[in-house]
Amino acid sequence: MKQPHTNRSTARKVLTSSIVNGLVALICLIWLLPALGLLISSFRHPDHITTSGWWTVFRHPFDLGQYTLENYRRVLSAHGLGRAFLNSLTATIPSTFIPITVAAFAAYALAWMRFPGRDWLFTLIVGSIVVPLQMTLIPLLRLYVSLKVSGTFPGIWLAHTGFGIPLAVYLMYSFISQIPRDLIEAATVDGASHFQIFTTIIMRLSLPAMASFAIFQFLWVWNDLLVSLVFLGTNKDVATLTVVVSELVGTRGQDWHLLTAGAFVAMVVPVIVFLLFQRYFIRGILAGAVKG
Amino acid sequence: MSKRVTRLFIIIALSLALFFALRACFQFIQAPETPRLLGALVAVIAGVGGVWAIYWLANEWVSLIPFRRIQEKLLPLIFLGPALFLLAVYLIYPALNTVYISFFDRRSENFVGLANYAFIFREPDVRIAFRNNAQWLIVVTTTCVVLGLLTAALFDRVKWESLAKLSIFLPMAISAVGASVIWRFVYAWQPPGRPQIGLLNAIVVALGGEPVGWYLRPPWNNLALMVIMIWLQTGFCMVILSAALKNVPDELIEAARIDGASELQVFLNVSLPYIRGVVITVTTTVLIAVLKVFDIVYVMTRGNYNTEVIANRMYVEMYRFVNFGHGSALAVILFLAVVPAALVNVRNMRRQRGEQ
Repeated sequence: MKQPHTNRSTARKVLTSSIVNGLVALICLIWLLPALGLLISSFRHPDHITTSGWWTVFRHPFDLGQYTLENYRRVLSAHGLGRAFLNSLTATIPSTFIPITVAAFAAYALAWMRFPGRDWLFTLIVGSIVVPLQMTLIPLLRLYVSLKVSGTFPGIWLAHTGFGIPLAVYLMYSFISQIPRDLIEAATVDGASHFQIFTTIIMRLSLPAMASFAIFQFLWVWNDLLVSLVFLGTNKDVATLTVVVSELVGTRGQDWHLLTAGAFVAMVVPVIVFLLFQRYFIRGILAGAVKG
Repeated sequence: MSKRVTRLFIIIALSLALFFALRACFQFIQAPETPRLLGALVAVIAGVGGVWAIYWLANEWVSLIPFRRIQEKLLPLIFLGPALFLLAVYLIYPALNTVYISFFDRRSENFVGLANYAFIFREPDVRIAFRNNAQWLIVVTTTCVVLGLLTAALFDRVKWESLAKLSIFLPMAISAVGASVIWRFVYAWQPPGRPQIGLLNAIVVALGGEPVGWYLRPPWNNLALMVIMIWLQTGFCMVILSAALKNVPDELIEAARIDGASELQVFLNVSLPYIRGVVITVTTTVLIAVLKVFDIVYVMTRGNYNTEVIANRMYVEMYRFVNFGHGSALAVILFLAVVPAALVNVRNMRRQRGEQ
């Protein structure tokens, strides 16, 4: 049922639409401004940062003399962020792939193998999501100190794997259990073992689910502060970016040229990963990839 | 038979080789003199390749067993075992142990009954943490969900929706540490008379006011910290709520419009009730994240100036006061606060599993 458009209603529609557009633009601007301020400031001379607002660069935005890379050079070398960057990579990549592998094997067993207590184990694993990280820290810290794995990279890989297991198993299970039974039965008839079925059919078909979890876990581990502080610590040899930047805020809180560049170094990798794999990330959070 | 023996030897040799290779890799990664880039590379290969090699070898060991029935009994253990082991070591055992040591003194030597709980409910500093967590809970959760709904509904009406959404959920890729630095700079304070470099104080001064120490002056400094979390979390709410809103059947909305309902009425009386379940999930999820908030407070104020929260206080008890009794009692309280919301989420997850 279409109503005839009068001039008046058309005018009203245009008005509402421009108000909506303006409002949306305003919200986006408010959301982006804080980060934009940081980004611009990180390229300004230290003296300029503390004597004038970052928005003043827009008076002569193309005067390239007001920009510098010096802040980055200094923060990467003298303040150890270059090392911390590589430490973050060393901590994060295995902490992303190990839980996927472990969870995929577990999810396959839960979905396609027959053994007693299967449903009960599924409930136990997924139910563990309710345990907050804080509930585990003191016993694990003591365990790590007594086993002398505190401050080691394999130590933090396993910690992130352990914490990530419930969610990873849940996500992988909800995908792997949906793979058509015929495919798996046909492979079994052909004499394929569970291991072969897993490495060929399952791995290939569940790549999208794995990608979703991988992006999610990568961002989570890279951005995490608490687990890094407790299991790796503040020793420069192993400290990750989040730890070093938060130390920098404590010790050099007014040196904005260092803080802005440092924070941006810590943000650049996850932001790029996020922009490249947005689709998988959103699919992941819609499937229930949520952690705190 | 001899074939099987040869295989046995090969597998033993490979297992030993894997063990020593991994140990050598870990020592190499950890050594301070290792060039970091090379260390990172070895870490990736050893970590990712190592875990695959372990599963493969375990599977080979099982396949050596001559009886097929035993093989089939053992195989689920190989597939599921590592996950269960890690779950037990990293979640189940520590959680139970935390409850246990919350009834013991600072070094877990003497039983003290409920003394740790009495302490945390009596101590003024810790009570501030509870008060703040309650405020965070109400303000951040409500604001995130309402803003998420608002942006989801509003952005649906513009042509550049995906770009607009991107600017709201981009902060999801940023760490709380990074976000804290960003907002510290927005809140930056300079003495009156000097040019303000923080955006907020520049606006205040331009309007004729005095510069404000946003995150230092109680009681409003808590709000300044909450804003950071709202900035980080709203995108998450928006993404999920937006997907849910797009699933509301067009017929329902059209029918309401024909009945003469205004756009606002359609939203409140048709769309919102339809996505009620999703709104609850989003709310509980943000609620859990807010209860556990740590990074923002740790970076911005370390809990000073009346901004303490439970998770930060627990960290302080662990490291500054080295009192594991108080620390674990705080963890247990946090757990008890999280459980009701978390159970709602787990129930939703199980329901989804049932629907599939």
